[in-house]
Amino acid sequence: MQRRHFVQSLSAAGALGSVSLLSACATAPGASAPHVVVVGGGYGGATAAKYVRLFSEGKVRVTLIEPNANFISCPMSNLVIGGQRDMAFLTHSYANLQQRHGVQVVRDRVNTIDPARRMVRLAGGSEIAYDRLIVSPGIDFMWQALPGMASAEAKARVLHAWKAGEQTLALRRQLEAMPDGGVYALAIPAVPYRCPPGPYERACMVANYFQKSKPRSKVIIFDANPEIQSKRGLFTRVFSQNFPNHIEYRHGHTLLDVDATTNTLRFEVQENFRAAVANVLPPMRAADLAVNTGLATVLRRWCEVNFLSYESVAVPNVHVLGDAIQTSAGMPKSGHMANQHGKVCAGAVVSLLLGQPVPSMPIVANTCYSFVNDTDAMHVASVHRWDAQQRTMLVVPGSGGVSPAPNEMEGRYAIGWAVNIWADMLG
Amino acid sequence: MKTLVQLLAVGLLGAAALAAQAQAPAAAPAATAAPAAAAAPAQPPSAMQIRVWASTCMACHGTAGRAQPGMESLAGMPRDEMIRKMQGFKTGRSPATIMHHHTRGYSDEQIAAIAGYFAALPR
Repeated sequence: MQRRHFVQSLSAAGALGSVSLLSACATAPGASAPHVVVVGGGYGGATAAKYVRLFSEGKVRVTLIEPNANFISCPMSNLVIGGQRDMAFLTHSYANLQQRHGVQVVRDRVNTIDPARRMVRLAGGSEIAYDRLIVSPGIDFMWQALPGMASAEAKARVLHAWKAGEQTLALRRQLEAMPDGGVYALAIPAVPYRCPPGPYERACMVANYFQKSKPRSKVIIFDANPEIQSKRGLFTRVFSQNFPNHIEYRHGHTLLDVDATTNTLRFEVQENFRAAVANVLPPMRAADLAVNTGLATVLRRWCEVNFLSYESVAVPNVHVLGDAIQTSAGMPKSGHMANQHGKVCAGAVVSLLLGQPVPSMPIVANTCYSFVNDTDAMHVASVHRWDAQQRTMLVVPGSGGVSPAPNEMEGRYAIGWAVNIWADMLG
Repeated sequence: MKTLVQLLAVGLLGAAALAAQAQAPAAAPAATAAPAAAAAPAQPPSAMQIRVWASTCMACHGTAGRAQPGMESLAGMPRDEMIRKMQGFKTGRSPATIMHHHTRGYSDEQIAAIAGYFAALPR
């Protein structure tokens, strides 16, 4: 109703308002307007910041706090490692959030959250008050599991490249510098970890590069898990049919430690392995900020939330999104999923702040494309809905599935997916 | 009017459940209001609920249904046309790469509500 009035008054004033224009300009909410602070401008946080503005039609103020100057996407970063794309493809500005949607973007890091006072303290020293806080902190690595990786030198030599940015390009350079005949070893931690199909896609993209440029080299995957964790049938076939000489998959390899000076992986059971390039994905947990705030209620590792609102079960008025949460069964830690968390959370937060009923039947959907070479991709998809009796999200029976085989059409859709989801969160 | 009252009641219950859960200790089961929620008859979805449902599509099909190149825009698509397309994917009558996997996650009523939402958006 209010929006209709607003549209009428805009039209009367001679302004031709598109929806995006409306949401951008509808906003000079006074200082008394409810204030949402969003911590972290990734797939979850940026989406939540934008959609709180959209769903509230400008009635809720939003401040997004993000230390990085630009968003750099983890999804598609394996294409940089494989040599198909450059960092510019992954890198996107936060400017539209501010200019089109009225989100105040603060480039800083949140050091601490004080839930009792509803304040966040920034590394720069200032404090910002919130009515509701949305934390989308991503993951940090459990380095204590790999004592040999403690030093900065070790971390600079044996890369994870599991947070897109400098390490993405650095891993690409290691692969380029590696002599033909060298082995690239990829160590995968036990689930749960960020992006279940990501390591297997990375193996394909590196093997694809080797086939063309370093035919005597190969990829060896050391997986702590008993089997491939996503698109298993598809990846198994791709490994054996597309890369019979360039990918070797070894399951059940729990990494005990890494000697970064020699790129040597030490396993619990099997023999040590010395690689030309070692790429180690350490065990993961919710990022430090979530753990330090008491949000990581599951083994101090993952954050339990109420799936109607993504509000923490432990800390009132604080909502948690994305890879940091304890997911429901079958819900992957993916960028697409974080985008969906952000929207459900935004709808709930706006409703709570404006005194409206919180939507009680949430649905979230997931799409993950994986490339297997320059052109071909394949997907896994799922749809999850709230189950009021079990009070969790359950996969809708009959929904979801995987591609029959990687193909070019889905390769084009995969790029379309990326371009569209980036625009949905930042455009 | 009756619907409105029911909606309000459900909303209050929902809010109470949220508040209760937010203040519960971490390990406590979060289900004090679950029996009421489970026993409640199916309610028509609120405008916000439909908006949030529709937003699940926007990850690929664009904010407000206006897609970037490579995906189909949904804004302003006539409601019946969108229902027909979605049902085609859902039943397998229409060829699909991924939309059959997504449409089967939504009830017919949810598809109709989402289609109505996009139909009302400017192209």
